[in-house]
Amino acid sequence: MKLLTAAAALLASTSLASAGEIWVTNEKDDTVSVISTETLEVIQTYDTGERPRGILFSKDFSRVYICASDSNAVQVMDPNTGKILNELPSGDDPEQFVLHPNDRHLYIANEDDAITTVVDTETRKVIAQIDVGVEPEGMAVSPDGKIAITTSETTNMAHWIDTETQKLFANTLVDSRPRHAEFVKEGSEMWVSSEIGGTVTVFDRETQAEKGKISFEVQGVHPDRVQPVGFEFSAGDTHAFVALGPSNHVAVVNAETYEVEEYILVGRRVWHMDFNEDRSMLFTTNGVSGDVTVIDVASRKAIKTIKVGRFPWGAAYRPTPG
Amino acid sequence: MTQIRSKILATLFATAFSFGTVAQAETALTIGYLQIERERPPTLSNLDPIPEDNGLAGAQTGLEDNLTTGKFLGQTYEMITEVVYLGEDPAQTAKALLEQTPYLVLDADAEALLAVADLPEAQEALIFNTAAGELDLRSAACRANVLHTAASDAMRTDALAQVLVKKRWSDLVMITGTHAADVSYAEAMRRSLTKFGLKLSAEKNWVFDADMRRNAAQEVPLFTQDFGDYDALIVADEVHDFGRYILYNTWEARPVVGSEGLTAVNWSPVIEQWGAAQLHSRFEDTHGREMTAQDYAAWAAVRTLGEAMTRTGAADLPTLRDYILSDKFELAGFKGRPLTFRDWNGQLRQPIAIAHPRALVAQAPLEGFLHQFNELDSLGLDRPESTCEAFK
Repeated sequence: MKLLTAAAALLASTSLASAGEIWVTNEKDDTVSVISTETLEVIQTYDTGERPRGILFSKDFSRVYICASDSNAVQVMDPNTGKILNELPSGDDPEQFVLHPNDRHLYIANEDDAITTVVDTETRKVIAQIDVGVEPEGMAVSPDGKIAITTSETTNMAHWIDTETQKLFANTLVDSRPRHAEFVKEGSEMWVSSEIGGTVTVFDRETQAEKGKISFEVQGVHPDRVQPVGFEFSAGDTHAFVALGPSNHVAVVNAETYEVEEYILVGRRVWHMDFNEDRSMLFTTNGVSGDVTVIDVASRKAIKTIKVGRFPWGAAYRPTPG
Repeated sequence: MTQIRSKILATLFATAFSFGTVAQAETALTIGYLQIERERPPTLSNLDPIPEDNGLAGAQTGLEDNLTTGKFLGQTYEMITEVVYLGEDPAQTAKALLEQTPYLVLDADAEALLAVADLPEAQEALIFNTAAGELDLRSAACRANVLHTAASDAMRTDALAQVLVKKRWSDLVMITGTHAADVSYAEAMRRSLTKFGLKLSAEKNWVFDADMRRNAAQEVPLFTQDFGDYDALIVADEVHDFGRYILYNTWEARPVVGSEGLTAVNWSPVIEQWGAAQLHSRFEDTHGREMTAQDYAAWAAVRTLGEAMTRTGAADLPTLRDYILSDKFELAGFKGRPLTFRDWNGQLRQPIAIAHPRALVAQAPLEGFLHQFNELDSLGLDRPESTCEAFK
């Protein structure tokens, strides 16, 4: 009862934050679920192409891009109507992607083809295809737009792409099965999670040298099942929230000391996540339990579970229009 | 261009090789793939022929994976393939291969495997067993120069026994075929049932020589009638001769497990999780068929060498062997856990799929089967059980 009151109080306090929506792709339902960050309920479900995974918004939030992996396309949806506006040529089996700060170029990992495809969203043309390692997945781009990253799961590398020449300029080994990459601290660091290796590696952007490595240990869970996948950073990049897959926990990592400060129990096979606008709440996709866990960032507690479709995968935030 | 290249190398030195060795540009590794043909007993049904490139196709996919990774590191791989046909002398071919490389991926039965491993020329070699499941090869008959990426029979029967325990199918009966592989599998199964406290109430040997395609519905109910009541029926039919005709023809309506029905395998086309779908599609695109358990074992062998060379930057035998058997080594094998080698008998630790032909039912080790060091060691010969001395 006490907990409920606390949760209600949290809900009341967090709902003061600006209104918005979390969009979640449901890999095995071919839909996206739209969650209100105010009511924490699903307010809309839209159909997508087959096996939707990566999802992100254009800078002005007027378009949402969805990797429809089994349709071999990136779909462009009007988020206000759920209508598919058009499809972008993405190469085969697009899984994850990232939007260049120019708001125009999408860097897409083509998982089955060992290729990163660069698509111009305005002309809808492929402007480059870059050979990378086996099973490319994680994608990141530096805030200044100069570097894009592709991680390859079986080759176990982060491939550093010069976005001017669209060519690789460095390849750095990481632990087994790298899944996700992010630039942080104004692009001075680049973080990569390794699912099977069970680590997150931190690289210095300038030298591409390894700066640190983070390991995880969840009580009562065999280390083999502690598998870092998606991660996002709290306001000011002070902490990383790292999804640990089948261990069903999210780790809170101090981004300065690289120490893990806390583990938060969430749904089963936690995969990706995104924050609400002021980053006071975190929404994680839990593939196996088919739900989204809402974490209160300040108290580092899970406050609600929201049922979505089958195998929720990606998550992306947009402010409510108007 | 030169500048970029040196930058790449500098990065690699800084990040990857805490191991101590340094990648040479253009490190090259040659893998010998040796298939030694053996007699295959005829089976009642021709429904599922064994692919001619069973195993080899997996090695080829592993080689492609290695090559893609290698091109970013200045490392190259090549594979030389040899087949020894029935009646030919494997020793000659093996010796010729060993002159070219110390790394052999072997598709052979236990007897031929030991013959190759005991060649004087093979003493400074590393041989991967991708086909033989015999327990003895991981115990008394182990060899220091042989690693096993094929699951042992015991790993598979232990995996199945865990499912039987979980389902509380504790009263079992077994039908065993007459071929050596069937007998060996049945032996491993008996050991597993004892290990996990399950009861084997009755056993029968399969002695029919009639064509079961026409009369299974008459014969099998009678044959299984005197088993009385039981929870599940185990079929030990590793050559896949009669097992398929047992299903749905038993006197009692009970599940069939073992070589048919609910099987325990180290790889199956029905594994979709853990990125396995990607390996399947890569394999099927190239080879036009589904990936078998032996393909997987060969893939894992070639990838083990690739992973070791990627991480150490070396291609020489002592470095790679030490690294592969060290706790630094781990292979991402699309099974949801890192795969490593047991340093007491050279067996690849791996989860085992419990599957029927249409879906994955479970993956062993099952939750609750704990182990003081590694849950994967609840499958197959654990350190205290193996009498292997060669790795000490």
